[in-house]
Amino acid sequence: MKVESEKALVEAVRGATRPLRIVGGGTRPVGALAGDPLQVAISGISLYEPGALTLIAGAGTPLSEIEAAVAAEGQRLPFEPARWGAVLGAAGESTIGGVVAANVSGPRRVQAGACRDSLIGLRFVDGTGAVVKNGGRVMKNVTGYDLVKLMAGSWGTLGVLSEVAFKLLPAAPAQATLVMDVPLTEAAKVLAAALGSQFDVSGAGWLPGVGAIVRIEGLEQSVTYRAGRLCDVLAAWAPKVMREDGAGLWRDLAEVTPFHGRPGDLWRFSVKPSDGPQVAARLGGQAVLDWGGGLVWALVAPGTDARRLAAPYAGHATCLRGAFAAFEPEAAPVAALSRGLRARFDPKGLFNPGKMG
Amino acid sequence: MQMPLPSAKVLAEKALIVKRLRAFLPRDSVIDDPAETRAYECDALSAYRCAPLAVVLPRTTAEVAACLRLCHQMGVPVVPRGAGTSLAGGSMPSADAVVLGLARMNRVLEVDYANRFIRVEAGRTNLSVTGAIEGEGWFYAPDPSSQLACAIAGNIGMNSGGAHCLKYGVTTNNLLGVTLVTMQGEVVEIGGPCCDAGGLDLLGVVCGSEGQLGVVTEATLRILRQPEGARPVLIGFSSNEVAGACVADIIRAGILPVAIEFMDRPCIEATEAFCHAGYPDCEALLIVECEGSPAEIAEQLGLIRQIATGHDPVEFREAQSPEEAKRIWLGRKSAFGAMGQKGDYMCLDGTIPVSALPMVLRRIGEISREFGLEVGNVFHAGDGNMHPLIIYNANVPGQQELCERMGAEILKLCVEVGGCLTGEHGVGIEKRDLMTVQFAPADLEAQMRVKDVFDPKWLLNAAKVFPLDVSASRRG
Ligand SMILES: Cc1cc2nc3c(=O)[nH]c(=O)nc-3n(C[C@H](O)[C@H](O)[C@H](O)COP(=O)(O)OP(=O)(O)OC[C@H]3O[C@@H](n4cnc5c(N)ncnc54)[C@H](O)[C@@H]3O)c2cc1C
Ligand SMILES: Cc1cc2nc3c(=O)[nH]c(=O)nc-3n(C[C@H](O)[C@H](O)[C@H](O)COP(=O)(O)OP(=O)(O)OC[C@H]3O[C@@H](n4cnc5c(N)ncnc54)[C@H](O)[C@@H]3O)c2cc1C
Repeated sequence: MKVESEKALVEAVRGATRPLRIVGGGTRPVGALAGDPLQVAISGISLYEPGALTLIAGAGTPLSEIEAAVAAEGQRLPFEPARWGAVLGAAGESTIGGVVAANVSGPRRVQAGACRDSLIGLRFVDGTGAVVKNGGRVMKNVTGYDLVKLMAGSWGTLGVLSEVAFKLLPAAPAQATLVMDVPLTEAAKVLAAALGSQFDVSGAGWLPGVGAIVRIEGLEQSVTYRAGRLCDVLAAWAPKVMREDGAGLWRDLAEVTPFHGRPGDLWRFSVKPSDGPQVAARLGGQAVLDWGGGLVWALVAPGTDARRLAAPYAGHATCLRGAFAAFEPEAAPVAALSRGLRARFDPKGLFNPGKMG
Repeated sequence: MQMPLPSAKVLAEKALIVKRLRAFLPRDSVIDDPAETRAYECDALSAYRCAPLAVVLPRTTAEVAACLRLCHQMGVPVVPRGAGTSLAGGSMPSADAVVLGLARMNRVLEVDYANRFIRVEAGRTNLSVTGAIEGEGWFYAPDPSSQLACAIAGNIGMNSGGAHCLKYGVTTNNLLGVTLVTMQGEVVEIGGPCCDAGGLDLLGVVCGSEGQLGVVTEATLRILRQPEGARPVLIGFSSNEVAGACVADIIRAGILPVAIEFMDRPCIEATEAFCHAGYPDCEALLIVECEGSPAEIAEQLGLIRQIATGHDPVEFREAQSPEEAKRIWLGRKSAFGAMGQKGDYMCLDGTIPVSALPMVLRRIGEISREFGLEVGNVFHAGDGNMHPLIIYNANVPGQQELCERMGAEILKLCVEVGGCLTGEHGVGIEKRDLMTVQFAPADLEAQMRVKDVFDPKWLLNAAKVFPLDVSASRRG
């Protein structure tokens, strides 16, 4: 079923007698895919105030439509949402609701925060068919509990989003990328030196065949200045400075291009940045690092239990493609709270059953 | 302010409760003498006071857990407390409550520069977190004006902001993990130094939950390198409208200052009379601060000057030296004190869309005339977080009520234009009864369900945030 308005969504939820699989653009087929598809096509930007850096849109609005609208005003979504369609082998166009439900955040997370940090308001329909709003359209808001954050990254298990509101940032007029030909094992050290500098790094990753990459963004003169200073800080690794990202390194990092079309199971580990290279090495070394080493994308032979292979590690792993539970089981007290929340928000167990445990 | 009747059973059992607390807490960690519990009868919203049943000041997470387990078992309400600087009555006790204070848990547990975090016990004051790392050139970004006194525990409780949050975000954007003890006494580790916690974002909902979901005993915080330098500029305008338009233009131009502060005429006059900062005689002024190396600051200030010139400023004053920078900030930093010279004041905290700024300031002026109470506006303009200060005289019967009614009018206006009741101070008891202005019943129901899960008996700080009639059936 496809719903194009919040009202239709409410009716669909109230009328549901069987579990629903909440679908945005269908580009992030992660975890259990049970239930009748309910496609959220509530689409369109309802408010965009560039002078206030705020945007509100229907949850089914294509991500590309939002990106184009804000780019036209020289602004952007701060968290650099990436498309996963290609690496997961899924066709279709990401919706902003899917981005929020998966809390999708790209390389700029190390500086500008995750999707949840830019999300300032939303509306959703809970499992009883009630419409709930939380947050709003202002950047600072501590009125009542922050359900905005709770809904971000809930993968459609607490409710179906109908509308989302964001804080935007001005797009940077200039950027520079420092590229350092260092092996995976040394990556976290290099990236920590960059992120621990005063020069406001907005991206820090490692790509196979390229090495460590570090990004600086901002006003023209400022970028020139900081790139120069950062070269001094990182001199031991002989950085090369690129003022244009002609090769699309940052897109490659966000969309994990090195793994496109490659066979094998795909995993994502979230760990302490300094542990990243070690975890990647234990997984066989077919890896891409983001967030200073804190995010490890790894490709392993089909059927490999990457969690066992990587152990011991502090953090958690998501199986994006492979025959393992997508989400790592949580510690018992946390799992009990999460279960309690799901039972309260979706008492009939309608939404994406089994997805998060 | 209406508060629920204290539980007669709990009041009657005071001696037993204290005895059982003393069974596992050192003598000096339990306060039950009414002369001493008085010190905990209010927070910074001092118009409302109520001494608690007892106060406990545990030193470890295990002690916190034991206290909560006992209180849960005996049905005793608990009010978590950091430093008690809440402006919303968030840490005000009830007569049947045990205040659980974090004051003795203030150690730094771990500093990890390579992974950019610090782990502290939550009773540590905000400023002393930066104090522990500034020698190495690092800082913790959220900086409420109360940072010398307030604790990380209360910052997390209220999701507090500060002058620099336009660039660095508020507490929730800088919080990586907590150790939370639930009312049942269960110790839960949420989040940590990894980027993603996995599972539902419990950390996001715990931050800003005003001590209603659990007691935070430890926190992992994101730390940043200090910028090379910072410099403010002061711009005076002939009207609030023009100042508001200038703020929007600065933001649109793609410049991201660390702070854009706004003061209107009543506030400018009061601070001039109070501290002689040398502010221009004008209707409104902005203080804009930029960070970076000298050249970077010059680049940003150059753009800001260009934009401001288009708005015909009465004055454009760039700080040329640290002394001048200090003078520019002097008035802003003394604003609350200056307004305080005029009488008692109530500080509001609504947020509005920045585009509504001129209209809202005009309406606040009208409301002020209608109620006959003076109001000055000083606030974080970059993010629309207003702080109207209403001047009244607490000794004149009826003035406090008048002031509260006027405050409510202004907050309703904030909601009407698309904003909210509170941007950083929290709801507490102060804005509790206005929650229905901003939220429909289903919105509040969804929030209360979260509390049902964390604190099924509704024993933790339960008379706050939600209007009493709305939460009545749950509080039992
Ligand atoms: C009509 C239709 C039928 C399909 N049938 C099949 C099929 O039978 N078998 C198959 O393998 N694939 C099918 N697909 C592809 C399917 O969409 C994806 O495999 C899978 O559902 C993942 O897409 P997604 O919605 O999760 O992706 P995204 O849209 O990227 O969503 C990511 C996550 O967010 C959640 N989400 C998205 N939008 C919202 C929202 N508004 N509110 C709350 N949560 C949200 C999703 O539930 C998911 O957990 C179908 C797609 C469509 C559109
Ligand atoms: C002069 C002055 C200036 C101020 N300036 C600012 C400002 O610029 N920005 C701003 O945001 N605020 C400001 N405040 C408000 C106040 O300082 C903040 O709300 C602060 O975070 C409160 O911290 P606290 O430790 O004093 O908390 P408390 O007042 O003790 O408690 C605040 C809330 O947190 C809860 N809590 C306390 N400890 C815990 C715990 N361990 N676990 C769970 N919950 C807990 C309490 O129950 C209560 O609901 C100001 C206050 C004053 C008096």
